[in-house]
Amino acid sequence: MNNAAITLDGSHLSHPAITNEHHAEEHHAHEHHEQHFVWKYIFSQDHKMISKQFIITGIIWAIIGALFSVFFRLQLGFPDTSFPIMEKMLGEWAKGGKLTPEFYYALVTMHGTILVFFVLTAGLSGTFANLLIPLQIGARDMASPFMNMLSYWFFFLSSIFMLVSLFVETGPASGGWTTYPPLSALKEASKGAGLGMDLWLISMALFVVSSLLGGLNYISTVLNMRTKGMTMTRMPLTVWALLFTAVLGVLSFPVLFSGFVLLIFDRNFGTSFYLSEIFIGGKALSHIGGSAILYQHLFWFLGHPEVYIIMLPGMGMASEILSINSRKPIFGYFAMIISLVGITFLAFVVWAHHMFVTGMSPFLGSVFVLLTLCIAVPSAVKVFNWLTTLWRGNIRYNVQMCFAIGFVSLFISGGLTGIFLGNSALDIHLHDTYFVIAHFHIVMGVSGIFGMFAGIYHWFPKMFGRFLNSTLGYIHFFVTIIGAYLIFWPMHYEGIAGMPRRYYDISSWQSFKQFQPINGFISIVSIIVFAVQLLFVFNFFFSIFRGRKMTTKNPWGATTLEWTTDIHPIHGNWEGDIPEVHRWPYDYKDDGQGGDFIPQTVPLRPGEENHK
Amino acid sequence: MAGFIIFLLVLLVFVIIYQIGKSSELASIIRGEEYVKLKTNRTIASLFVIFFILGIYGIWKCNEYFKGMMLPIAACKTGERYDSMFMVTLAVTGVVFFATQAVLFWFAFKYQSSEKRKSSYFFSHSNSLEVIWTTIPAIAMTILVAIGLRNWFEVTAPAPANAMVVEIVGKQFNWLVRYPGKDNELGVRDFRKINDANNVLGLDWSDPHNADDIISATGEMHLVVNRPVKLLIGSRDVIHDVGLPHFRLKMDAVPGISSTLSFTPTITTTEMKTKTGNPDFVYEIACDQLCGSGHYSMRGTIIVETQEEYDAWMAKQPTYYSNNKPTEVKPVAGISTEKTEPKATEKAMIN
Repeated sequence: MNNAAITLDGSHLSHPAITNEHHAEEHHAHEHHEQHFVWKYIFSQDHKMISKQFIITGIIWAIIGALFSVFFRLQLGFPDTSFPIMEKMLGEWAKGGKLTPEFYYALVTMHGTILVFFVLTAGLSGTFANLLIPLQIGARDMASPFMNMLSYWFFFLSSIFMLVSLFVETGPASGGWTTYPPLSALKEASKGAGLGMDLWLISMALFVVSSLLGGLNYISTVLNMRTKGMTMTRMPLTVWALLFTAVLGVLSFPVLFSGFVLLIFDRNFGTSFYLSEIFIGGKALSHIGGSAILYQHLFWFLGHPEVYIIMLPGMGMASEILSINSRKPIFGYFAMIISLVGITFLAFVVWAHHMFVTGMSPFLGSVFVLLTLCIAVPSAVKVFNWLTTLWRGNIRYNVQMCFAIGFVSLFISGGLTGIFLGNSALDIHLHDTYFVIAHFHIVMGVSGIFGMFAGIYHWFPKMFGRFLNSTLGYIHFFVTIIGAYLIFWPMHYEGIAGMPRRYYDISSWQSFKQFQPINGFISIVSIIVFAVQLLFVFNFFFSIFRGRKMTTKNPWGATTLEWTTDIHPIHGNWEGDIPEVHRWPYDYKDDGQGGDFIPQTVPLRPGEENHK
Repeated sequence: MAGFIIFLLVLLVFVIIYQIGKSSELASIIRGEEYVKLKTNRTIASLFVIFFILGIYGIWKCNEYFKGMMLPIAACKTGERYDSMFMVTLAVTGVVFFATQAVLFWFAFKYQSSEKRKSSYFFSHSNSLEVIWTTIPAIAMTILVAIGLRNWFEVTAPAPANAMVVEIVGKQFNWLVRYPGKDNELGVRDFRKINDANNVLGLDWSDPHNADDIISATGEMHLVVNRPVKLLIGSRDVIHDVGLPHFRLKMDAVPGISSTLSFTPTITTTEMKTKTGNPDFVYEIACDQLCGSGHYSMRGTIIVETQEEYDAWMAKQPTYYSNNKPTEVKPVAGISTEKTEPKATEKAMIN
């Protein structure tokens, strides 16, 4: 069992408890002991099963969240038309086939919450940190499989609360995904600030618990459970990215949690953390001395790192996939790690760029401008490294490679508009307009989900032992990338013209009503893109059972450890010994036998130098 | 039932596409995987190039489409600065955008695996390249930050002493505008004194400065061209935001906190009508912070006019005090004549 001993930068630490556990696990496997359905599929402690639970829950949420966007796009595109199907699906909220303003805002709020937190946080890092961290560093499971299981079940519980909130009489939360008080704190301010908001807060609090349980586990697993020879600088960039994602989450989610606790107090127990001098519902409230801006600081202290929590896994996976399919080492491995460190650090000190126009001190604003535009540097470094990875490669196309290239394209497009918004002198006009919508949907929404899609197409065979159908995959890719640009590109213009976001109807505005036809166009495209996502969902579930079977262990010709496991890996990942690692993860070179890559498990040849 | 049938039909279509895809994959294995792989490579790589070219064409078309729909020239000094800075940023990011996207799709096409290209150039790092592409963005960012901060400090600078002061307060879902009146000073207000019937802003009648204050609940603000103005921004209930797209300005209205915005309008509404060729042109105040179900309808307007026009308009405005005769304070005699007219317009606007 010495192979299960754990190395930390070369020094051997033995963990008897873990060793014994795995020992027991192996025996189970050897004895072909069948686990009960409940322990195997539901309360599973196998990181691979938990990752499947995360992705399937994430997909269900993604369908709901995207469907909501179709509903409100119908309102935005065709405010005068009635859609009986909406009445059928939403009942009271769309009487006569037309959304009410209250429910429009509820849909917008839920779309944001669901996509940002449930899909692109839990669904993305929950899935891939769980799947890839143990497999790629050569561990049998997470540091604490039990905590890992809890992480999923807290997410599940959080999902239940959010789902229930959709059905309460006053509707779900409707104050935007950022839920700024006082709008979210006072029941008089909007319908959605009633029970729906309480459920939202409970759900999000549980979500934070889930995210922390997961994040702590990911960090300790990466730091402590790497196999022999797997030094930190031999980790694939996916693991690096997922490690920093977890660090970001662990350090910033508690702050969000505190913000939510204070909001719960303000809502229910008469405190005045965020409330001051308010006259609403025909009476003056007794709250004095709080600051509504305090919440925004607490919120964005997570809220900004959150966008990197969404981006980093995609960056890691895109790096991996671009390298594998270019049949070339990732360019500038260390520069990639350093830029991840830079992004992670800067992510914590730029939050107030979401608040340039809250009336905060212009000097403070200027500090945040400086720090914000600093992020452009490590981001640019990453882009140039990706481009150089393609340069003189031997590019092999498959669906994940398309998504990885799409990811880079979208990251460039969306990242560049961030340079406008991060500069307060431009933000003072562009803030809260469609320019912002276009910016963050491209850079975080679509680009993030492209990273996720790339990962799904790439690691689906590892998860299910079968391939996704690539014809459907190519249709999915091209329609989605064309659609994404068609939807969000025109929104930049609307934003430059000052059109505010979150407007239910623009027909009474002299300055914006000329954009009605283009809104209709955007809505039509978004429906097509939505339909194609359903095609993907179908592909996903159908392929689990009917997809082309995986016949070799390493179908993509990758160097990393997950492809050394069996086609259907056991709980514990490797039958027998955990492989030992001898080289860095991007050893794409002539292997001397006509191949163009050398797996990490192959010892250095005589005279061969270690990658530095 | 109809929905269910549609669902089944869609599912059927998906299954058919799936099976076609699957059989083509199986056929590819029979025909020789290597051959099909190269063919796929060629197709996808070409599609990327087509995508890029069509994308550039699309961007050009999009520019054409939006040409007449954008905002007219900025109506204040800082707004002009904003516009030029926007163009500089657009030029910098535009060059980077076209260069990097072109390189991306060109590489995607050029370096596809093919009969001729059998292996890649295993080149893994170069410190000098890293230094170059760290330094260049850093320099570009420094320039943009420098321009940005100069403009930022200019736009947030305190208003000059001669600026006229106007208060704008948001409430669900309209704007209340208060002018200081003859004494040129806004009186004290207290949210506990707010009363929708006769004291919408909670003016403290024990403060004599309030006696001549003028409040417009129509959301219409009058400003004088070329005269600096300082907006005092507040909110009665939730967070709103005074968005002034034509002046390229924006500032949150937060309950319990007072924020300010100062600028000098340079073009009157009438001039702007001729400049834009739009007889309906009006400066609009847009709420830019989600404030509840009526957020989208929280519209105000600004009339920029000459000093004479402004004075003539102002002379006709009754004080809020005269209009509302607060019960707790004795009315002052002789200023309750013009009462009905503004009330009527106020009603019309609210409706």
